[in-house]
Amino acid sequence: MCTYQTQTVPVRGSGKGPQGWFPVTDATVYLDHPVHAPADHTLNLDFLNPGRGPSARVAVELDPAAARALAEAILSTLDSAPAGLVRGT
Amino acid sequence: MGDAMRAETIRFEGHDGDELEGYLAQPLDGGPRGGVVVIHHMPGYDEATKEITRRFAAHGYLALCPNLYSREGFEVSPDDAAAAARAKGGIPDDQLVGDVAGAAVHLRSLPGSNGRVGTIGYCSGGRQSFLAACSLPLQAAVDCYGAFVVGSPPEGLAMRVGPLVHLAPQLACPLLGLFGAEDQYPSPGQTAELERALAAAGKEYEFHTCEGAGHGFFATDRPSYRPEAATEGWARIFDFYARHLAG
Repeated sequence: MCTYQTQTVPVRGSGKGPQGWFPVTDATVYLDHPVHAPADHTLNLDFLNPGRGPSARVAVELDPAAARALAEAILSTLDSAPAGLVRGT
Repeated sequence: MGDAMRAETIRFEGHDGDELEGYLAQPLDGGPRGGVVVIHHMPGYDEATKEITRRFAAHGYLALCPNLYSREGFEVSPDDAAAAARAKGGIPDDQLVGDVAGAAVHLRSLPGSNGRVGTIGYCSGGRQSFLAACSLPLQAAVDCYGAFVVGSPPEGLAMRVGPLVHLAPQLACPLLGLFGAEDQYPSPGQTAELERALAAAGKEYEFHTCEGAGHGFFATDRPSYRPEAATEGWARIFDFYARHLAG
C-alpha cells in the first residue's frame, strides 16, 4: 500500500546531492514503495533543504531490517563516543 | 486499426487554472476514441505509470497521466517532486479532483475523442479514481486496490485523506474494482463494505478479488507482481472500457 505515513525531523548538517554539498534542514522518514530498490516497501530517508527546492535532496531506500540495524548503529555510535564530543543528545 | 502511436509530455490546465505537466499517449489513426485518465500512485509520475499510459494507447484509447506533483516544478525529477509533495502532506482531495477534471477536458478536446472519459488508478490512485468518479461527469472508473476508500489511515498520520465510502451515492459512472484477497489495505472486508454501499445506492459496479494476490499485483517491477492476477485484471479492464468508453 501507499502508506501515507511520514515523519519529519528538523536536522542540522550537510548532505551531498547531484549539485554537491548543501546544508540540510529537514529529514523525512517513511515506509513506502521505493522508487529504485527491488522491493514492495522500503524504509526511506530523505535529507532535504526545502528552501533550496525539491531537488535539494539526498535519498536512500533501505530494507527494513537494514534500516533498523542502521538506526541502532547510529545510537550506539553516539552512546559510545568519547566524553565531550557529543553535545545536545 | 494501425498500431502507430504518439507519446509525449504536454502541458494542460488543472485545478484552479494551474498549468500541469502530463504524459499523453494516443493512437495516430482515426477515431473516435474514448479517453483514459491514468492516476499515478503516491511515489509519483514514474516510468511504470507512463508505460501503463502507453498501454492504453496501444489498445486504442487516448490516455493522459497528469503529473499530480507538477506544482513542485517542471524541471524537478519525478522522485524528488514526490518526496517534496509527500513532506507537505500529499495531494488535497479537491486539488486531485480539479486536476483530473482538467485532464478529462483535455482528452475530450482532442480531435479523435468520442467525448467519453474514464479513470484508472493504482494504490493511492485507486482511491483517487473512486473520488474522481464520485465528483465528476465521467463514463467509467477503475479502482485497483485503492486503500482508505473504506477505513481511515492510522491515528497520528499527517496525510490529508479520509474514507470516501459516504460518497457512493454520488458515483457518476460504472465502477470496476480489482483487489487482492491477501491485501490488508484495502482488506477484503473493506471492499465488501464498499460493495454493500454501492449496492444500497443502486450503482453499477463489478468487483473482482484475486486469490493468491496481495497489494500491488499489477506492478511488474516489484515482488508483489502476480502474473495470473495481472493478466486477468488487464483483460477485465479492457473489457470494461470497451463496454463503457469505446466507439
